[in-house]
Amino acid sequence: MSGGAKLQVRVAEVVEVNDLVKRFRFVSRDGSLLPAFSGGAHTVVEMDDHGVRRLNPYSLMSDAEDRSGYEISVRRDDQGRGGSLYMHRHVVPGMEMTLSYPVNLFPLDNRARKHLMIAGGIGITPFLAQIAQLTHFGGRFELHYAARSKALGAYMDRLTSAHPDRVHCYFDDQKQVIDLEKVLENQPIGTHLYVCGPKGMINWVLSTAEAMGWPKQALHHEEFLAPGTGLPFTVELAASGKTITVGPTQSLLEAMEAAGVEAPYLCRGGACGQCETVVRKCDGTILHRDHWLTPEEQAANTKIMPCVSRFEGKTLVIDR
Amino acid sequence: MSLDFKFAPDDFGGFFRDETFRDTFTYRNSDPRRFPFPFDRDDYMYSVNMEPHVPGRKGTAFEHMLDVDEHYIAEMIDRAKVLAEDPLRCQSLPHMTLAGWDTLELIMEAKARDYPQWFSLTKDGNRWHWVNRPLGIEQSFTFLDESTLPYPPFEYIMRQTQGDWTLQDERDGTLWMDAGIATSQADWSVDFDVGMNFHEWHAPVPLAHEKGVFDRALKFLLKLQHGAPVRRFNWTMTVNPLLDTAPETYPKWGPSKTTITQENMGKKQHLRVELQSLYRLPRSNAIAFDIRCYLCSFEQIVTVPKWARRLHRVIRDLPVELATYKGFIRNRDAMVEWLSQYDDGAPTSPGWFPDD
Amino acid sequence: MKVDLTPVNAPSIRSRPVYATLEPRPGKLHVIVADDEGAAAVVEMVGKANDRSGMLAASHVMYCPGPTGTDLSAQLEVLGAAQFFRAPTIPALLPRLVRVLADAHMGTQFYLAGTEGLIGQAEREIMATGFPHASIQKEQRGSTLRRVQCVHCKGITENVATDPFKCSHCGLNLFVRDHYSRRIAAFMGVCIDAEDPGQVPESVVRFR
Repeated sequence: MSGGAKLQVRVAEVVEVNDLVKRFRFVSRDGSLLPAFSGGAHTVVEMDDHGVRRLNPYSLMSDAEDRSGYEISVRRDDQGRGGSLYMHRHVVPGMEMTLSYPVNLFPLDNRARKHLMIAGGIGITPFLAQIAQLTHFGGRFELHYAARSKALGAYMDRLTSAHPDRVHCYFDDQKQVIDLEKVLENQPIGTHLYVCGPKGMINWVLSTAEAMGWPKQALHHEEFLAPGTGLPFTVELAASGKTITVGPTQSLLEAMEAAGVEAPYLCRGGACGQCETVVRKCDGTILHRDHWLTPEEQAANTKIMPCVSRFEGKTLVIDR
Repeated sequence: MSLDFKFAPDDFGGFFRDETFRDTFTYRNSDPRRFPFPFDRDDYMYSVNMEPHVPGRKGTAFEHMLDVDEHYIAEMIDRAKVLAEDPLRCQSLPHMTLAGWDTLELIMEAKARDYPQWFSLTKDGNRWHWVNRPLGIEQSFTFLDESTLPYPPFEYIMRQTQGDWTLQDERDGTLWMDAGIATSQADWSVDFDVGMNFHEWHAPVPLAHEKGVFDRALKFLLKLQHGAPVRRFNWTMTVNPLLDTAPETYPKWGPSKTTITQENMGKKQHLRVELQSLYRLPRSNAIAFDIRCYLCSFEQIVTVPKWARRLHRVIRDLPVELATYKGFIRNRDAMVEWLSQYDDGAPTSPGWFPDD
Repeated sequence: MKVDLTPVNAPSIRSRPVYATLEPRPGKLHVIVADDEGAAAVVEMVGKANDRSGMLAASHVMYCPGPTGTDLSAQLEVLGAAQFFRAPTIPALLPRLVRVLADAHMGTQFYLAGTEGLIGQAEREIMATGFPHASIQKEQRGSTLRRVQCVHCKGITENVATDPFKCSHCGLNLFVRDHYSRRIAAFMGVCIDAEDPGQVPESVVRFR
């Protein structure tokens, strides 16, 4: 199940939302309807970046009931490994691309009496689809959305005009900060909280809520890690009998795929656990960068998440 | 929907059998070789044993995603009777309505695609028109609008679908059985179990927890993706072709287990197979679990020599805990005695299907 | 009658609830529901709080005596919680809990202590709000008498001591399973002589 079934699509539209963000609309190549999905789902976009195969996850932001197309928003990361730059510079209307079926690692808890959403920057995208879904089914929500500036607050206009009493916007350049304790103080019992944004914001929201007595099971967050860059390293793949070198801007998972070794994955961002791989031998240090393994498991160096984690040292043998 | 189906056996070329799963027990298979015999080797132990649920051999229960067979109308009449007697057999917690719509869509699309002679689905946006010719149903409704159907979406489509189904909501790293219908179940109570998580509702199963079967199965299922369903088998034994072996009615059907003799074994004792298939649902992110029950009498099974030899060996060598859990420990020795007549000790070929 | 008591923490199946020791947690309101010897668990928990008086000033304690008559309400009353309520029975206690839940906010902590019957029924009311049940603290103390639902007639028999027992609604002879439904807040009772009517094994006292 390496990523599961695929969707063959064509780029229908590319829209510059602001200086940093572009929106892409995909439709199926044969004109058929795309599968419906659940709010919070992502798709993995396959890119052929001049010979380098990149697979990046992006949250679906369009209305799940609009099966004529899927939309994602990509924030340009000039310091990243190149996936967002490729999307910004080379993806144009008419191009044929391949997407994974939608996968949801950030679903709404439908039992909730109310959904409290907190978004930072491009972290708004899963909430757009969730709000569309809640609007169809009458779910109660409240959104607090912080952006660097008004100009960089993607989709704020659309949200505030559709839901003026439920959407609250904040701008860093105007020194506006979400008054989190006040927001959390009077939410009805049975409220679930969702946060998506930069790591610092996620940690702030979760730790504040926990300190105020919110239970862990009512707190949900999504943070895709970019695989990150690093020094090249060599890995022995025990099951397939190959030895591969992972390049500085490549992930171990991508290097395995490039060597023709199929490995399972869903999120490619250290969150879902699908690519968990047993370490047979480790003489050196595994640079664990995932949210999946427990700190104890990471310290034991007997497992690695090849989608984000790297290695420094003499020998690494893994079970693939 | 009333119990009074307009069923004339001669309709549809006489394909659908006019038969009963209670009282007179006139159920039987026209072709036992179509039965999904569940043992691919001569012994049995619990395992996850999942495989992709893709269309299989023509003329078998695997030909289509959902198998509509000669028992369809009779099973739906039996289900309507069970629900009339005990409405608690169909449950859906309030947050599962969307998953119910997902299930309705999955089933209607599959039936209309694979059996266009019997079912049709036409859509104009969210205005849908559904025709189920075998059951004489024609329904215009608005997709995702509960007020346009005579039952909630899950119950509506379940009254037209063979097999017991459960819907699992995914939360906190596990699956929660928050909706389900059971009118052809192997002794578990949907009313009691609804709302339980994966390990809780499997709690009564012996041996498998210790072997880590459910931990592995759950890990596998959490990765289940829309568009890539999977399937596995389960099985047990039932006296008489009784679909509804519910714990609720156990005092009614339990005594039938004491009626088995060497003389009536072939006719009365049935191997009960569950062809289980699992689908990730798109809008709700829930997982639909179809537990489709097939019954075959011992006398029909032994018409296939490979199956006769193998069933004898599996039942003879089954651990006592499993025979107890599956509820046939009291008749196990008698079954082995009866089946041994059909086992000449010859080797069997691997796989499920008959040799010829 | 033979006695072979089943301890609450005996090794069992995965649907059998497990209980822990109550711990004080941060919160704007502490809803504390107890019966029977659960009062002692509450006293111990409050004793562990860093800010005991602050916690009690934000606590609502509801208590009823246990099924065998144990009444430790005095121990709870002297704690001096902001609100204390003694109900005569569990059914008389639950409406107050439901009322408190109706306008409770997130940041409320729930502590349940005492018999499994009390814990299960209070948990069911809290779950109905959408609050995650895994975040409700539960500690079993005192009587182990069970609340059992007859799977056949659906009637619930309270305070079951023996196994098998006679269903108080339909009269069938039921054996008590460890299979537990959080939704129904009861264990399952299944007819023990369905296959051989009248052949009922001798009852054993398993719970008290």
